[in-house]
Amino acid sequence: MESAFPGPGPDAVFAAKLAEGVFEIQKCGGCGRHVFHPRVICPACGSADLGWVAPSGRGTVHARTIVRRKPEKGGDYNVVLVDLEEGVRMMSRVDGIDNDRLAAGLKVTAFVGKGAGGEPAVVFRPQGGAR
Amino acid sequence: MSLRGKAAIVGAALAGCGEAHGKTSMEITVEAVHGALADAGVPLHQVDAIATCQPLDMLSGLTLAQELGLRPKFTMNNRTGGSSFLSHTMWAAMLLHLSLADTVLICYGSNQRTASGKLMTALGLPAHEAPYRPLFPVSSYALAADRHMTRFGTTREQLADVAVAARAWAQKNPEAFMRDPLTREDVMASRPVSDPLRVRDCCLVTDGGGAVVMRRAETARDHPKPPVYLLGGGEGTTHRDISEMADLTVTGAAQSGPAAMDMAGVRPSDIDVVQLYDAFTINVILFLEDLGFCKKGEGGAFVGNGGIAPGGHLPVNTNGGGLSCVHPGMYGIFTLVEAVRQLRGEAGERQIAGAELALAHGNGGVLSSQVTNILGTEATL
Repeated sequence: MESAFPGPGPDAVFAAKLAEGVFEIQKCGGCGRHVFHPRVICPACGSADLGWVAPSGRGTVHARTIVRRKPEKGGDYNVVLVDLEEGVRMMSRVDGIDNDRLAAGLKVTAFVGKGAGGEPAVVFRPQGGAR
Repeated sequence: MSLRGKAAIVGAALAGCGEAHGKTSMEITVEAVHGALADAGVPLHQVDAIATCQPLDMLSGLTLAQELGLRPKFTMNNRTGGSSFLSHTMWAAMLLHLSLADTVLICYGSNQRTASGKLMTALGLPAHEAPYRPLFPVSSYALAADRHMTRFGTTREQLADVAVAARAWAQKNPEAFMRDPLTREDVMASRPVSDPLRVRDCCLVTDGGGAVVMRRAETARDHPKPPVYLLGGGEGTTHRDISEMADLTVTGAAQSGPAAMDMAGVRPSDIDVVQLYDAFTINVILFLEDLGFCKKGEGGAFVGNGGIAPGGHLPVNTNGGGLSCVHPGMYGIFTLVEAVRQLRGEAGERQIAGAELALAHGNGGVLSSQVTNILGTEATL
């Protein structure tokens, strides 16, 4: 019997796109809402009609924490929650800004950078460049 | 049909709190079970339903049955994190009320301090958070604290006052793990971990276990100690990962609290003593707001300047909480045991005079699962 959900699942599709330097999120054909993280069905309406779209990449820092780490182990780093213009939220990191200037409300732009293990990951920088 | 007053806790005990050298988590659990059964005057083989949740043993309900030599009719292993045990009481009340079981045992234990010295958990970071290395779980709570401070102007001092109040209660509890004096300045000068949270904003890492025995109301008086009735219960699950929490300033306690209080027929102002899962200082502020003890955004002012300390306007975490008394990783069972002690009048120097109604509240995951129980003495039925 043919699967109603052919091919790899949404997590694998997202990861494959990211590995090619492409950041896409899902959009629901049923209710029109954007969805992140990638899912099988829309958490707003239950529809399985989820397609992939490129977000604007623009977002706003919703909350931030600075993880404290000894300098010899690499020093402090930030972890943020970013609200994308499309109405979804994601965890990430902001590069190109001092941690003590990083606060909720900062406008940021996404790019495909590297995560902690060198893997491709969506990272942000301040809109208008580093400061 | 309501569960109000249909079942009661008739036995409660702690075991291995602090450091329990040379003991496994299940051994600590069984020590607590032994104590709770003795407290209830119930022989082991009367237990016909069991509930537990242990962090590293997926099949801990089965392990518990094996260790106790029981063949229970029902084995409940609901795993919502530290809130699990407060959901177990509701399932227990359902079984007892329907006469599907007669004696239900709810228990937990962990040796995380002496075994590993840190929070023991089988949880890993979700795929969409792992690349950014948030510290699990403190960074998740730090993000919620940051949002609360941004949105409502909650201050670093107010967070510190939660820890100070917990320590002041712990100083009245000979069983508490940390009883040295603690000032606001001490908290604010403690080591930063994940801003805005510092190490004294974080719960302890201790060993410890707890157990309660529940029976239906009709038989609850046939035991040595006064029964503590389950008057209401409610749950709220909002997410698993902090990046999926719709509003970082509103937890599932806004659902679980009203559900529990509606069932019990009480309002926040009726409650005499409150036991909240204070994994981090921000939890107490969020839960007091969401449970209706103050308005949203006013939790900082509510807890500030000794508001929840001895002599304040609401006694919260009278044992010293997870911040200063005991925190083996899944604290929910300890909210129940302390509520029982307060309602029985067994709390010694920290006893709240005339306590008849208690609220116990558990948190699981990263503010993900919230479960509220309303407990009362016979006078509240």
